[in-house]
Amino acid sequence: MGLTHQSTGKQVLNEMFNVQLESPDEVVIALAGNPNTGKSTVFNSLTGLNQHTGNWPGKTVTNAQGRYSHKDKKFVLVDLPGTYSLLANSVEEEVARDFICFGKPQATIVVTDATCLERNLILVLQILEITDRVVLCVNLMDEAKRKGIQVNLQALSKTLGIPVVGTNARDGVGLGELKDAIESVALGETVAKPIKLQYKKDIEELLQTVEEEVDKVVEGKINSRWVALQLLNGDHSIRQSLNTFLQEHIVDANGLETTLKRIEDLINGKNLQQQEIQDEIVASIVKLSEKVYGKIVLVENEKYNELDRKIDSVLTSRIFGIPIMITLLGVVFWLTIQGANYPSEALATLFFTIEGHLSNFFLNTQLPEWVHGILVLGVYRTLAWVVSVMLPPMAIFFPLFTLLEDLGYLPRVAFNLDNFFKKACAHGKQALTMCMGFGCNAAGIIACRIIDSPRERLIAIITNNFVPCNGRFPILISMALIFIGGAAAGITQSIVATMMVLGVIVLGVIMTLVTSKILSKTVLKGLPSSFTLELPPYRKPQIGRIIVRSILDRTLFVLGRAVMVAAPAGVIIWIMANIMIGDVSILDHGAALLDPFAQLIGMDGYIVMAFILGLPANEIVIPIIVMSYMSTGAMLELDSIEALRELLLTNGWTWLTVVSVMIFTLMHFPCGTTLLTIRRETQSKKWTFASFMIPTVAGIVVCFIVAQTVRLLGLV
Amino acid sequence: MDKKLIPLHLLPIGGFGKVRQLISEGNARRRMLDLGLITDTKVESLRKSPSGDPIAYEIRGTVIALRSEEASKILVEAMINE
Repeated sequence: MGLTHQSTGKQVLNEMFNVQLESPDEVVIALAGNPNTGKSTVFNSLTGLNQHTGNWPGKTVTNAQGRYSHKDKKFVLVDLPGTYSLLANSVEEEVARDFICFGKPQATIVVTDATCLERNLILVLQILEITDRVVLCVNLMDEAKRKGIQVNLQALSKTLGIPVVGTNARDGVGLGELKDAIESVALGETVAKPIKLQYKKDIEELLQTVEEEVDKVVEGKINSRWVALQLLNGDHSIRQSLNTFLQEHIVDANGLETTLKRIEDLINGKNLQQQEIQDEIVASIVKLSEKVYGKIVLVENEKYNELDRKIDSVLTSRIFGIPIMITLLGVVFWLTIQGANYPSEALATLFFTIEGHLSNFFLNTQLPEWVHGILVLGVYRTLAWVVSVMLPPMAIFFPLFTLLEDLGYLPRVAFNLDNFFKKACAHGKQALTMCMGFGCNAAGIIACRIIDSPRERLIAIITNNFVPCNGRFPILISMALIFIGGAAAGITQSIVATMMVLGVIVLGVIMTLVTSKILSKTVLKGLPSSFTLELPPYRKPQIGRIIVRSILDRTLFVLGRAVMVAAPAGVIIWIMANIMIGDVSILDHGAALLDPFAQLIGMDGYIVMAFILGLPANEIVIPIIVMSYMSTGAMLELDSIEALRELLLTNGWTWLTVVSVMIFTLMHFPCGTTLLTIRRETQSKKWTFASFMIPTVAGIVVCFIVAQTVRLLGLV
Repeated sequence: MDKKLIPLHLLPIGGFGKVRQLISEGNARRRMLDLGLITDTKVESLRKSPSGDPIAYEIRGTVIALRSEEASKILVEAMINE
């Protein structure tokens, strides 16, 4: 066995946890903490832009890693999922626990919220049972100060026996000290003597016996007391992890099974109920954290969270809670609609000026005419459209949305809406994943990972598409603007447009609930699973950071994706519009074929064709409609909503067409990226197909009913 | 002191209670323990959501919303003072 301890350790890191070291002297650090403690702010401030994300091997949990240097040493920071405990109630907790135990990071940072320390200390104590190499980061010290909560960091450090650093990660305060502490713990300069938990006598005895058994197998490679504790706790997932780990270490794993069996008999031999053991283990930790908390925290003002409570009593009030929520959403849309107009037009003008130059350049070269057609009239024009239509609303919408997120408003939305979801037999957190869907459905579907129950997760995934994403907002917004008579319209009109968009969204929420209910009563039968939702303290948002983050992480990401899809789509559409079969282009043939069906649901063949061709990305639906209507086979200069309105009216659009397009925009098959994401997240072709069919059928049915009713009543 | 045990979701809004017993088992029980809900833990009932359920509670310095299904499996003793 020529493998040194270090090289097998690296192998474990790589194969079990997807952590690859660039050089052998890189120091691996784990970052743990409760959700809502500013853990990701700490991660971002330490590593800057030097990070990458993936998945934990075999798990649908995000694995973020970043690098930084400190005093000529290179550090790899592994961001563990935010969890309240390490008792492996969920995949996230399992991942976090396994990494600290089996990945053996040289140090683990635990980020805590100075204003909620009592709760946070539970996780700290659990981690201290696995490893001594811990640095405690007490974050949000400024919030604590503002609320009159004094945290005695020296006393905390002394009581716990580990280095403790106070930080305000948002302002970069305390990070230098944190890096020093990490370095010193990781390199073994500081040897911590952490506080150790003592359990009741009978449990402690049993624990020691089991620990000895475990140690025979793991040979001191990992903390056997902790493994023994998990076995006592009746945690079955630890067995699997143990097995994988031992195999990586080329230890004879055969001995493991017999040892585990012997341990099981040992536990059963005692006159202790499983539940009793579990209760006692948890209670010991909770009581200790209560004791520590009492010693080191001084609350000057007992009513420190009075303001939060007052805000909550308005935002979640029986009468105003839901109206305020809808109004807030409305304000966000209105600002987006109103604010995006002018930059959109400016961008369009700019792009079409550039196009003129491009065309001149191409026509002066010896290249054939179709090259100009494909590249300029196809690719460039589609791109110009997508960017000028999408960029301004996104650059306004995403920061506003991130602002609500940062303030801590989204959990309140989930709180307000939970009962509706419960009645639909779905998970309360589905409200949160829906909110994410406003940005991008693919992102919303990934966010469904926060729902533990597989049944409820599937429901959330399938129905996520009923929330219009950012690729579909421009369609809704431009349709609403066309309906009210163009961009030059006044404030009243833009409010009407906002109301229309809001109406569509409310319809989407209703569809989500109805579909969830139907799914729960038929193919995905079951009762709502248990649900706990934290309503974290409100936070002062960091405007600068919000703008940077929402532009970098969201706007550019979504735009980049749209551009990638729009460019090839532009080529295909141009070809379809310009290759003739007989006297008619392929596009016209297709549209003619679809027209009878399209008329039934209030639209025309070109529109339905555009939705089908828009499968790769919804952003290109309007460009395709426009391109189809243009006799030249490419889009004309359409630098204003007025021009678009004129074009649509001459092609036989009525208000019914506008309404039908809006409804169908809300309810049709998800875009290509979203479908691929669903396929990846559900690992099932069947559910991907269901996610494709359900919104499509719903859209066709609703459009059909609306169109037929309106026509029957002679309203158009 | 009233020694009668009531399920947590019936604790009046604004009232305090002391946890006496968890009825749930297995995973559900673990989840509650994870919140720090062990015997003698003080819980304050803060407010109902607009439709009456879930209810937000203050548990060990954090605000946690629980549906009535979960809260009904936590038996508390209502505290008269405070």
